[in-house]
Amino acid sequence: MLQATGLALGAAMSLGALAAKAEDTIKVGILHSLSGTMAISETTLKDVMLMLIDQQNAKGGVLGKKLEAVVVDPASNWPLFAEKAKELIAKDKVSVVFGCWTSVSRKSVLPVFKELNSILFYPVQYEGEESERNVFYTGAAPNQQAIPAVDYLMSKDGGEVKRWVLEGTDYVYPRTTNKILAAYLKAKGVADADVMVNYTPFGFSDWQTEVTKIKAFGSAGKKTAVVSTINGDANVPFYKELGSQGIKATDIPVVAFSVGEEELAGLDAKPLVGHLAAWNYFMTVDTPANKAAIEAWRAYTKNPKRTFNDPMEAHVIGFNMWVKAVEKAGTFDTDAVIDAMIGVAVPNLTGGFATMMPNHHITKPVYIGEIQENGLINSVWQTPGTVVAQEWSPYLEGSKDLLSDWRKPLSCGNFNVKTGKCGG
Amino acid sequence: MLRRALLAALSLFCLAASAYAEPLDDGLNDLLGDSFPQTTKAVGEIAASGSPQSSAILDAMANGRALIDAANHRIVLKTDKGDWVDAKTGAPIAGLDEGALKKVRVNNGVRTAIGAAMGGLSMANADPAKRREAAEQVFKSRDPKALPAIEAQIAKETDPNALASLKQARAAILVADDSAPTAQRVAALADLTARGDEDAENLIATAAASAKDPEFKAAAAAALAHTQRRLAMISVAQNLWYGISAASVLLLAAIGLAITFGVMGVINMAHGEMAMLGAYVTYVVQGALPPALQPWSLAFAIPLAFLTSGLVGAGLERLIIRRLYNRPLETLLATWGVSLILQQAIRSLFGASNKQVTSPAFMTGSFDFWGVSITANRMWIIVLSLAVFLGIQLVLRATPFGLQMRAVTQNRRMAASMGISTGFVDTAAFALGSGVAGIAGVALSQIDNVSPNLGQGYIIDSFMVVVLGGVGNLWGTLLGALTLGLANKELEPYIGAVQGQITLLIFIILFIQMRPRGLFALKGRAVEA
Repeated sequence: MLQATGLALGAAMSLGALAAKAEDTIKVGILHSLSGTMAISETTLKDVMLMLIDQQNAKGGVLGKKLEAVVVDPASNWPLFAEKAKELIAKDKVSVVFGCWTSVSRKSVLPVFKELNSILFYPVQYEGEESERNVFYTGAAPNQQAIPAVDYLMSKDGGEVKRWVLEGTDYVYPRTTNKILAAYLKAKGVADADVMVNYTPFGFSDWQTEVTKIKAFGSAGKKTAVVSTINGDANVPFYKELGSQGIKATDIPVVAFSVGEEELAGLDAKPLVGHLAAWNYFMTVDTPANKAAIEAWRAYTKNPKRTFNDPMEAHVIGFNMWVKAVEKAGTFDTDAVIDAMIGVAVPNLTGGFATMMPNHHITKPVYIGEIQENGLINSVWQTPGTVVAQEWSPYLEGSKDLLSDWRKPLSCGNFNVKTGKCGG
Repeated sequence: MLRRALLAALSLFCLAASAYAEPLDDGLNDLLGDSFPQTTKAVGEIAASGSPQSSAILDAMANGRALIDAANHRIVLKTDKGDWVDAKTGAPIAGLDEGALKKVRVNNGVRTAIGAAMGGLSMANADPAKRREAAEQVFKSRDPKALPAIEAQIAKETDPNALASLKQARAAILVADDSAPTAQRVAALADLTARGDEDAENLIATAAASAKDPEFKAAAAAALAHTQRRLAMISVAQNLWYGISAASVLLLAAIGLAITFGVMGVINMAHGEMAMLGAYVTYVVQGALPPALQPWSLAFAIPLAFLTSGLVGAGLERLIIRRLYNRPLETLLATWGVSLILQQAIRSLFGASNKQVTSPAFMTGSFDFWGVSITANRMWIIVLSLAVFLGIQLVLRATPFGLQMRAVTQNRRMAASMGISTGFVDTAAFALGSGVAGIAGVALSQIDNVSPNLGQGYIIDSFMVVVLGGVGNLWGTLLGALTLGLANKELEPYIGAVQGQITLLIFIILFIQMRPRGLFALKGRAVEA
């Protein structure tokens, strides 16, 4: 009995301490895998968030309060993402969470954020077909990356490509993106015979047959390009095989949506010169803001060679937007901040402004870059202005009638304009 | 009047003197603008200028060695030796402010233009390989303007390979040209048939479809049928080669497991991580070797990887597996834990991102063997896997240790009572199996990512090979790897990689139902258990 009282007393005391602490700092949750297969991509995002929080605290915090990072490791394990999200929101009482990389991890935490009403900033380019009240998408929707890339390849600068290989890893992002692209190509008058869609399993490493197939498909006399949604670790063996079979970018260019400077670090870039990547940010874009961000990042990581990539910029934008929205709302209250987010605009690192739209996605510039011998990607083309996200693709049956607008009075993520009902 | 005449004469003289310099100036001026359309235009102007500097400028542009010196309004080139020369005159420049220079940017459009222009310019290059490259460029661009240069070069060409390429380039132009004499076009078909690849097939097919001349049409149809037959045969051979190549990777990954799992009956889930360690050893070795020894880095990496993974394997056996003999489930869980620990240890030590392992020159590129394209890295991996296989067979069959190991496998108690130290044999066999996985890691570093996850991709496949081949038999492992590799690569072109893998898994499940002990069943401890 005595023991139990002691325990209760201890618990009450520690709760009291927690409450006292919670008053002077505002907690920011960071939900990125630090171990397992996704650690390769997500670890840097955690570091960027820590840097941003440090910088904000050096400027005096937000609304006079210091920020405190709460880092958890969901270990590339999708159900664990939901558990850790719950822990962050319910136990640590964070005001906002920055996290997730793969779509499946985002889908796994969605119910948690809805139920416990918190905010998630998701920084990675994804397949679209989603708009949630509690999520702000700072990565690209397909029309902010895939479609401009195809437009570029069709243009004179891009080589007037007539034949297309849509090569992807077999999961939701490539499948949806390729469905959208196939419909888009069809709308542009490309014959079915000139489109080849192909999928390979996760972590695929023996690309000999696939590359031979691409080579054969590309020797039909029409300019051919490969649109690659190959994910993660399968990229390096794919590019190695392209290199050994001697497929040059001038013959069959490959444009990739998930290959950045970080992924190229494991490759000898010489055989890959000229292959393309489509992103909303490149490290090589020459602006003062970009230079300053890269310098700050290198100083923070104490590594003068560290690379900076697209999802990292997305976190920079997302974090700045959150700070602005909180200042606009004058409170950290979830509902107030969600309402204040729409219309907030912050500068991109590469110039121009990113604006949070009513569909909870942001406007983005699109860059097409070519891989250089040193493994960096140089921008060769960019959209004239920023592109507004189409989270519901107009090229897909079932999604073309949907729109999302989280402003009152509509406040709906999937309003069907035909039936006039919210809910698809 | 006189003055005006003089002036006219003078300007005429100047014009003549700068006859080829001017297009070159135009070209170089266009480069200063640094916009892709202008750069593409400049490539044409530089190539057409006829200046002796043209090919040096274009070559420098293609390799990122042409830079804009905006302050002095000129283009400068960096030579192979790292010296600076003026693009227009080729004269060396001293005391250049390198920080102020900006690279002439090129994109794929510019690169294609440079390639086409170089085709014309380097047709008479002293290097046969360059001439061949030039001919290949013309074959791709099919530029009729290049025909005279090709004819001239064919007449004096001495290198048989370059001659063949030149003839194919000529054929590509002639076959596509309806106005050329029929006899020449029919002869050109023969050159294309000799080339016999998909590009040739496509050229012939297009020509056959649009031909008006009946004689040529018939010849083209015959050539097309011939080429297609040849391509079909090559495709069979090519798939066979891919199958063997896939099998060699499987064999390398599985052969160590065949010893630890097959011979000793230990389910080692950390087997893939032994290969991963081998790949990281390659990375470390390449970083540590002086540049002179870089071409031999793999020769250093193979024994070191064998030792590293072997030692880790021995430690694993002594510390963990030894305590769990005859408890397969616990062994499985414990080794799986070890595999996670090893992955995270490497991740903490080297960082999460992929590490770059360079391939030595003899392991890059591909060559053509009777129409079958053979990539050098895959070929050497086949050689390595066979060498490892034979080496292990030799150890097992011809050394006292091999004899002891086989004895322990077949009857542990009997072997022990004959005075064999079974504990030592277990550790040594486990070290051998792990070390071989380390060698596999060196090979995998050439074709796959060097990342902490490397081993994960191979562990399931390795177990499949060993189980299919028959637990406890190395020949079975060889046959199992060949079956899986060939079946995979024969299925892939028809039903795709995803369905191919599913089909194979179903096949293995059915096969194991019928023959639970795999292709070759062996009597031994695994059977007793």
